[in-house]
Amino acid sequence: MAKRILIAALLLMPVQVMAAAGGSGFMLHAGNDVGNKASLQRGARNYVNYCLGCHSLQYVRYNQVAKDLGIAESDLEDTLMWTAEKPQEVIEIAMPDGDAARWFGRTPPDLSLTSRSRGTDWIYSYLKAFYVDPTTMFGYNNLVLENAAMPHVLWSLEGDKAAIFEDTVDQDGVSHTEFKGFEQLTEGKLSEAEYDEFVIDLVNFLDYVGEPVQLQRQSLGIKVIAYLLVFLLLAMALKKEFWKDVD
Amino acid sequence: MANGQTDTLGRIGERVSALGDWVNARFPADKMWKEHASEYYAPKNFNFWYYFGVLSLVVLVLQIVTGIVLAMNYKPSAAEAFASVEYIMRDVPWGWLIRYMHAAGASFFFIVVYLHMFRGLMYGSYRKPRELIWIIGMLIYVALMAEAFMGYLLPWGQMSYWGAQVIVSLFGAIPFIGEGLSEWIRGDYFISDITLNRFFSFHVIAVPLVLLGLVAMHILALHEVGSNNPDGVDIKKHKDANGKPLDGIAFHPYYTVKDLVGIAGFAIIFSAVVFFAPEFFGLFLEHANFEPADPLKTPEHIAPVWYFTPFYAILRAVPDKLAGVVIMGLAIVVMFLLPWLDRSPVRSIRYKGWIFKTALAIFVISFIALGYLGLQPATTLFVWLARLFSLLYFAFFLLMPFYSKWDTPKPVPDRVTHHG
Repeated sequence: MAKRILIAALLLMPVQVMAAAGGSGFMLHAGNDVGNKASLQRGARNYVNYCLGCHSLQYVRYNQVAKDLGIAESDLEDTLMWTAEKPQEVIEIAMPDGDAARWFGRTPPDLSLTSRSRGTDWIYSYLKAFYVDPTTMFGYNNLVLENAAMPHVLWSLEGDKAAIFEDTVDQDGVSHTEFKGFEQLTEGKLSEAEYDEFVIDLVNFLDYVGEPVQLQRQSLGIKVIAYLLVFLLLAMALKKEFWKDVD
Repeated sequence: MANGQTDTLGRIGERVSALGDWVNARFPADKMWKEHASEYYAPKNFNFWYYFGVLSLVVLVLQIVTGIVLAMNYKPSAAEAFASVEYIMRDVPWGWLIRYMHAAGASFFFIVVYLHMFRGLMYGSYRKPRELIWIIGMLIYVALMAEAFMGYLLPWGQMSYWGAQVIVSLFGAIPFIGEGLSEWIRGDYFISDITLNRFFSFHVIAVPLVLLGLVAMHILALHEVGSNNPDGVDIKKHKDANGKPLDGIAFHPYYTVKDLVGIAGFAIIFSAVVFFAPEFFGLFLEHANFEPADPLKTPEHIAPVWYFTPFYAILRAVPDKLAGVVIMGLAIVVMFLLPWLDRSPVRSIRYKGWIFKTALAIFVISFIALGYLGLQPATTLFVWLARLFSLLYFAFFLLMPFYSKWDTPKPVPDRVTHHG
């Protein structure tokens, strides 16, 4: 029986794997650790410095972030709280919707739940997939989200990259454009490894923001299941006692 | 001193039993307790599969209790629904736990109900005199599908919205009245705030009332004819001098303590999902549903939640929309007919021949395969596979009158066989 359920679960599993890929097929594994508080703090800093100009976190409160990430509320005002008066306010942006839509072609989305709808791997890959493309409005294109409206905000950190494509013709005579890799054009302020860490911290922060309770959920789960195991043993003993006289 | 204490206790005891008599003269409390628990004799050979009835009841209660708490903080309006769910997840104390329990509870409801139905299929629990129990059970299943479908709209995510759009538009395939009917269901020309409001009303009161009524009928009908068992033999044929079945044991305390074991085991598995994989890899909470509903942006791939996908696969396997809707409907209708399709002289799979066992195995594989295919994009290969499995699904039911008669059953024992 248990085996049958397991088989059924396994059969259903690949759905996600298939749904995650898409576009050019360029997808990296983020491998962030949401339990790493230092990384989360750096991620929060990166977010307010580079993302909060356009992307709100409308379901997240400043003081909740401070509490979960171990930031003193007194530090909050100087380091993170740039768009709010009170620590219990949610993380909004200053830019009016209409302006954003005029400038970028669409309103930059709120990112509270992007780690849950798109996944952390997607965000990580997206932030590492910008390349120079003079045919677009801002001069950059993205491998993960083609013709993304967002400019490469982190260009000064990463530097400029070109994407190398190769046209191939398969055996049916259909031509494909295949991505072959990136070529660094100019150096950014950060080395490749530093930029990678910068992005991972950011992804980590967005992972936390998607479901703040995940920091406590699992440790509570262990306690609940430990209790239930004891309860199960007691119930089994009780059943055995009562069933003694059933032949 | 000691005597005085005994006297006081004695007097309290007398008062309590007098109160009991007073109530029993006016309400059948004792009688019902005896009829449904302490003197309801169930076969002593229930196995693992007999846990799923009580577990369905446990999940029903769980859904009602968590649902009441969710409704205290949820806002059934297109402008506020999505944000109110996030408010529950983030700002309401323990809201995340209640919400995850309710969301995972929906999937677990179908898991236990599917296993409960499979138990019935294996041991012939739908056979005479339990036809009505089966039919009431099927009505519960249909009501449960309506309940789950309308509940899924409430978070107002992309999948909520577009899933509802697809399913309600199916009614549009009905000739003449179809368009009007789907408009009547939505209360609008598309899924809107109005639809959300009425689905909320149905989800929190109308359908739960129907469900509770049907569940009461299901149990009353069961207790009227008595429970079947893994051997499919009638325990009422052999009674002792007091009229108690020899192979029967009182539901309370024997099965109440045994069910406690099952409930504890279930709670462990349920908690494992709620605390460690509440989205269950995108099956219980679909990733696209973390994006607010956008009537202007159709998702690339719309799939209902897993418990509907076997029927969704059947729908997509048929090239014509109306025929697809009809055949999908028949896939459920045909299950109602089961008591009259099975012509085997024996009830339980233990004494049925290889033909029925093979047929049941093919049916289970087809149902799971259809469930898988319903989650996938409708590619040519997958559609053809869905056609094959749909055919096998219907063959299991429609050919049953023939193969259940051709099968060579084994001799059925007179009394139940006990496996501890």
